[in-house]
Amino acid sequence: MSLLQVSEIDLYYGDAQALSGVGLHIDAREIVAIVGANGAGKSSLIRAIHGIHRTARGRVVFDSTDITGWTSHRVCEIGIGHVAEGRQVFPNLTVLENLEMGATPRHARAHEKQSLEHVYGLFPRLAERRGQAAGTLSGGEQQMLAIGRCLMGRPRLVMFDEPSLGLAPAIVQEMFRIVRRLNEDGLTILLVEQNVTASLKIAHRAYVLENGRIELEGSGEALLSNDRVRQAYLGL
Amino acid sequence: MSRITPRVMGGLAILLALLLVAPALLGGYGLSVLILVLYFAYVGQAWNIMMGFAGQLSLGHALYAGLGGYMAAGLYFHYGIGPWAGMFVGVAAAVAAAAVVGYLGFRFSLAGVYFALLTIAFAEFTRIGFDNWPWTGESGGMFLRVERGVTDVANLRGGPVLFYYVILFLAVAAFVLCRLLLESRLGRYWLAIREDAEAAQAVGVPVLKCKMLAVTISAALTALAGVWNAFYYNNLFPETAFAMGRSIEITLAPIIGGLGTLFGPFVGAVVLTGLGEIFTAVGDKLDIPGIKQVFYGLALLVIVMYRPAGIWPWLAARLGIK
Repeated sequence: MSLLQVSEIDLYYGDAQALSGVGLHIDAREIVAIVGANGAGKSSLIRAIHGIHRTARGRVVFDSTDITGWTSHRVCEIGIGHVAEGRQVFPNLTVLENLEMGATPRHARAHEKQSLEHVYGLFPRLAERRGQAAGTLSGGEQQMLAIGRCLMGRPRLVMFDEPSLGLAPAIVQEMFRIVRRLNEDGLTILLVEQNVTASLKIAHRAYVLENGRIELEGSGEALLSNDRVRQAYLGL
Repeated sequence: MSRITPRVMGGLAILLALLLVAPALLGGYGLSVLILVLYFAYVGQAWNIMMGFAGQLSLGHALYAGLGGYMAAGLYFHYGIGPWAGMFVGVAAAVAAAAVVGYLGFRFSLAGVYFALLTIAFAEFTRIGFDNWPWTGESGGMFLRVERGVTDVANLRGGPVLFYYVILFLAVAAFVLCRLLLESRLGRYWLAIREDAEAAQAVGVPVLKCKMLAVTISAALTALAGVWNAFYYNNLFPETAFAMGRSIEITLAPIIGGLGTLFGPFVGAVVLTGLGEIFTAVGDKLDIPGIKQVFYGLALLVIVMYRPAGIWPWLAARLGIK
């Protein structure tokens, strides 16, 4: 039984179709990557699952509950976390206030203290800077804060939207290590990335999204050695 | 959120005590100025909930004040129903209008100036509607009967002292309400939305619901100001009740005083009303038509240039509060 089952999703922006007939599944404790070029519909897919965009067709089922058409805060309540693209921290709030804001889902409120300790344990840098305004952090620190804030909501599935975007190479490596670490700790992960090599390396399974359609599916390793992927995304 | 320290509490208590005895100390002119200060502090506080707390710019708040005023005044004028009952109808009308404006704007993700344009549009076509609605007296206006020397609290008929205490009560109540709102979960969600609405949505803040609450609470409070205004001035015209200028003047005190702050609307109202009175006096002396507006405009420019975050944050730092 998959933790997340997405079937036959169509999404439009006005007349433009962003997703057509997209289906995928994620089993508990898996890392599933979605790779594809800019504009292929990767972010749209995450945002559709999260209920930020309304789909025209298709179903989203999480842990046997049909969440199609749910508003985004209800989707958070059921245990789906979302680390949005571009490190959207609250710039004028402190690190601590940002983290507290992450404990918004009902089930997370009672455990705020433990969650905070857990996050500070994962990212000691955030503990050091807890009183600092989030907008003054470096790009890598902001990304850690965005991830930490998401974890404060105690999700079972975390969807990462381009976590490596715009970060220095050393920090990018660190980001992928963090994703793997979270997975080893028991989280299920949906990873949307332009960094095809790195994400296929850590993913158990992956989908290739092109022009709003799933074109390929397979294990991370298999896709890494797939000719089409190598040609189109790795330039080999 | 900064704590209210004993020192601030003491200052507030002294201020409140002074305001309570003010009618005994001030002459008619002084009282009328203080009434204006409290009115702008109150209505500014109401507007500040939307813009200062939740980050949603409304340039059409005259709509809510006008609806509140017209409903309560109309019920009194036509059926003799007093404003203490009529205000509920006024508030309901304003909340309904706010719900429509808010839903259209927020559901379809209009933000910033585009949302502001929507608020202006609603105020404008309501004005046109009221210009042609016989029940409101159309463009000729609606007038409430004035009987000199009669004080009738049940129907809110009386002199300046009565209106002074009503607006003082409203201003204090709004201040306390805003303080509670800022401390509440809803207040924190508004803060998140103001900071970054998309990020707020990503962490599970019910963005649409919180924005709707901001616009409807703000409209309800503004409607009460409209009821007070209608009975204080005893006349209503669509041309002024729903005017763009009325909407703008509601926004000035919180902007000058400090957006999103509790004390900003009051400080802004004191400064603006004070400047207005001074420039009126200077204008009369100089006897140059329109010079008051020029001075007033220049003063606003200077304040916004040198204190872009408003006077209160600067003043608070000076006083060692915060």
